[in-house]
Amino acid sequence: MKFQSQAVAKPYFIFALALFAGQILFGLIMGLQYIIGDFMFPYLPFNVARMVHTNLLIVWLLFGFMGASYYLVPEECDTELHSPWLARVLFWVFAAAGVATILGYLLVPYAELAEITYNHLLPTMGREFLEQPTITKMGIVVVCLGFIFNIGMTILKGRKTVINMVLITGLIGLAVFFLFSFYNPDNLVLDKFFWWWVVHLWVEGVWELILGAILAFTLIKVTGVDREVIEKWLYVIIAMALISGLIGMGHHYFWIGPGEYWLWLGSIFSALEPIPFFMMVLFAFRMVSQRRYEHNNRIATTWALGCATMAFLGAGVWGFIHTLAPVNYFTHGSQITAAHGHLAFFGAYAMIVLTIISYAMPIMRGRPQGNPASAQTVERFGFWAMCLSMLGITLALTVAGAYQVALQRLPEDSLALSFMMTQEKLIPFYWVRLGFGLIFFAGLVAYFASFFVGGKTVSDEESLVEGEARPAVCCGSCS
Amino acid sequence: MADSFNKGMARNIYYGGGVFFFLLLVGLTFDTMLELPKRDHRENITPAVANGKAIWEDNNCIGCHSLMGEGAYFAPELANVYDRYGQGSEETFTQFLQAWMAMQPLKTEGRRQMPQFHLTESEVNDLAAFLIWTSRINDNDWPPNKQG
Ligand code: HEM
Ligand code: HEM
Ligand SMILES: [Fe+2]
Repeated sequence: MKFQSQAVAKPYFIFALALFAGQILFGLIMGLQYIIGDFMFPYLPFNVARMVHTNLLIVWLLFGFMGASYYLVPEECDTELHSPWLARVLFWVFAAAGVATILGYLLVPYAELAEITYNHLLPTMGREFLEQPTITKMGIVVVCLGFIFNIGMTILKGRKTVINMVLITGLIGLAVFFLFSFYNPDNLVLDKFFWWWVVHLWVEGVWELILGAILAFTLIKVTGVDREVIEKWLYVIIAMALISGLIGMGHHYFWIGPGEYWLWLGSIFSALEPIPFFMMVLFAFRMVSQRRYEHNNRIATTWALGCATMAFLGAGVWGFIHTLAPVNYFTHGSQITAAHGHLAFFGAYAMIVLTIISYAMPIMRGRPQGNPASAQTVERFGFWAMCLSMLGITLALTVAGAYQVALQRLPEDSLALSFMMTQEKLIPFYWVRLGFGLIFFAGLVAYFASFFVGGKTVSDEESLVEGEARPAVCCGSCS
Repeated sequence: MADSFNKGMARNIYYGGGVFFFLLLVGLTFDTMLELPKRDHRENITPAVANGKAIWEDNNCIGCHSLMGEGAYFAPELANVYDRYGQGSEETFTQFLQAWMAMQPLKTEGRRQMPQFHLTESEVNDLAAFLIWTSRINDNDWPPNKQG
C-alpha cells in the first residue's frame, strides 16, 4: 500500500461482502418460494424477501464502489486521502442506515414502514429497487455527497489521471441520477419514464464509467502495461457506452406510454450497447497477454478477465437477445428479463467489486504479492463455482422464460395459459435454478474461507528473485 | 489499437459523443413530454386514481406483481387485470377487486400466497380506479394477449 489512508477501504469491503452473503440467502429463500409458494408465508412474504435481496445488492455494490474509490484514488492521485476521518464516519452512517432499513423491511409490514417514515410527505416508496423509505434515500444522498466531496478534494490536490477523472465523473453521475428517485408524480407514465433515469442510466450509463475505471486500474497494477495504452482503451470503451446507452434507454420506453419512435431508437441504439462490453473483453485479454511482469496475485487477474467476460455475456449477449422491440414485445417482464438481470448484475458489477477486493485486500493485509498460493487455490474454486453456477441460473431462467413466452404470450386470448398455470409448468426449471443457486452459495462459502487460509506469502523482494524472464516488480503500487 | 489513433482522439470521442447524445436524450425527452398528454390520458387522473397509486406503492404490490411489464415476476401482470376480469364494466371490476382483496390469503397449500392488506372499502375502490386508469394508457398494444 502506498498511502496509509487507503486502508479506510477495508471496512467498506468487509461490510460489502457480508451484505453479499445476506443477498444470496434471501435469493435462495425466493428460489424456494418460486416452487413451494407458501414457504415461510406469512412471516416472510415474497415481496419482502425480494426487496431485501435487491436492496442488499445495490447497497453492497455501493459499498464496494466506495471502497474501491478510497483505495485507488489516493494511489492514482499520489497523495493521501483528503479526510480519512470523514470516510470512516460515513462508513458507520451508511452501514447503520442500511441495516436499519433492512430491519424495517423485515420487522414491520411495508405499509406501516411507509407510515412511520412519513412517506406521504414526499412519497417515493413502493417502486422497484427504490423501496427505501424517503428518509433513507436522503441519507444515501448525504453519504454520497460526503463521499464525492472527499474523493473530489483528493483529486483536486493530487495527480489527475484519466482513471481518476473517469471514476469521479461516474460517481457524480451516480449521485445526480439518483435524485430522480425523489420524483414520483401521480401520473404513472411520468413516474416510470423517470424511474429509468435512475435504473437504466445507472447500469447502462454512469456505472459503466466506474466499472471501466476500476478495471483499468486493476489491469495496470497486475500487468504493468503502459498507462497511455490503457487510458486510450478506457476512453473508447466509455465513449461507446455513452453513445449507445443514453438513447439506448429507449428499450424501456416501448410499452409504458411513450411514443412510437422509441421503438426504433431504443432498438437501434441498445443493439449497439454490447459493443463497449465486447471491447472490455478484448481490452482485458490483450492487456494481460501484453503484461510486462508476472504479478503473484494471479487470482486477481483471473477476476478481472472473468468480470469482462461475464459482463459481456450478461449485459451484451443476454441484453441483446431481448432488446429489439419485436422480440421484447413477447419477452418483456418474463423470466428472460430475470435471467438477463442476474447475469448482467453479477458479471459486471458484483464481479468488478470482487476483482478490486481480490487485488486490494491482500495488500491491505500486508501481502503485496497476493495471498498464499493455497488461499488463491481456494479463491479460484470460489470463482469458478460462482461463475459457472450463475451461468447455470441464467440458462435455467432463459429456458423457463422461453417456455413461458410460448405458453402464455404467443397464443391468442382463448388458447393462452394463465400466468399462474404457466408458472406451474415451469417448476422443473425453477428446481434447476435453485440447484445452481446452492452451488453458487457453496462457491461463496469457499470464497469467504479463502480469506482465512494461511500459508507462505511472497514478498516483493522474493518476487524479484523469482521473476525469471520477465522483470518482476513490487505490488504494482508504483506504476 | 493502431498508433495513428491516439489518446487525444479517444478522449474527444468520449467528451463529444457523451455530450452530444446526452443533449439528444434531453431533446427527445422534451418531445416526449409534449406527446405524452395524448397517450397517458392524464385528464382522467382523478383524486381516486392518485390515491390508488399511493395505496399501490404503500403496500409494495410491485414486489410480487408486474405493472406494464415492470416489477416482479412472481404474480400476474396487473396493467391489464381490468381487461381480464372487468368484462368491460368498471363496476364489475371494482366488485371483483373488493371480493378478491377480502379473500386473501387463499391458503391453498403450496400455492403462492398474497397477503391480507386490511384495506378499507374505499381504499380498494381507489385501487380499482388506479388499475382501470392504467389499463387505458396507450402502451403500443402490450401485452400480446389478455393473460399478460
Ligand atoms: C451491466 C449492465 C446491465 C445491467 C446490470 C442490466 C440489468 C437489468 C435489469 C436488472 C433489468 C430488469 C429491470 C426491471 O426490473 O424492470 C434489465 C432490463 C433490460 N435490459 Fe439490462 N442490464 C444491463 C445491460 C443491458 C444491455 C447492454 C442491454 C441491451 C443490449 C440490456 C437490455 C435490457 C432490456 C431490453 C431490458 C428490459 C427487459 C424487459 O422488457 O423486461 N441491458 N436490465
Ligand atoms: C443463489 C442465487 C440467487 C437466487 C436463487 C436468486 C433469486 C432471485 C429471485 C427469485 C428473484 C425475483 C424474481 C422475480 O421478481 O420474480 C431475484 C431477483 C433479482 N436478483 Fe437474484 N438470486 C440469486 C442471486 C443473485 C445475484 C448473485 C445477483 C446479482 C449479483 C442477483 C440479482 C438480482 C436482481 C438484479 C434481481 C431483480 C431482477 C429483475 O428485476 O429483473 N441475484 N433473484
Ligand atoms: Fe436498459
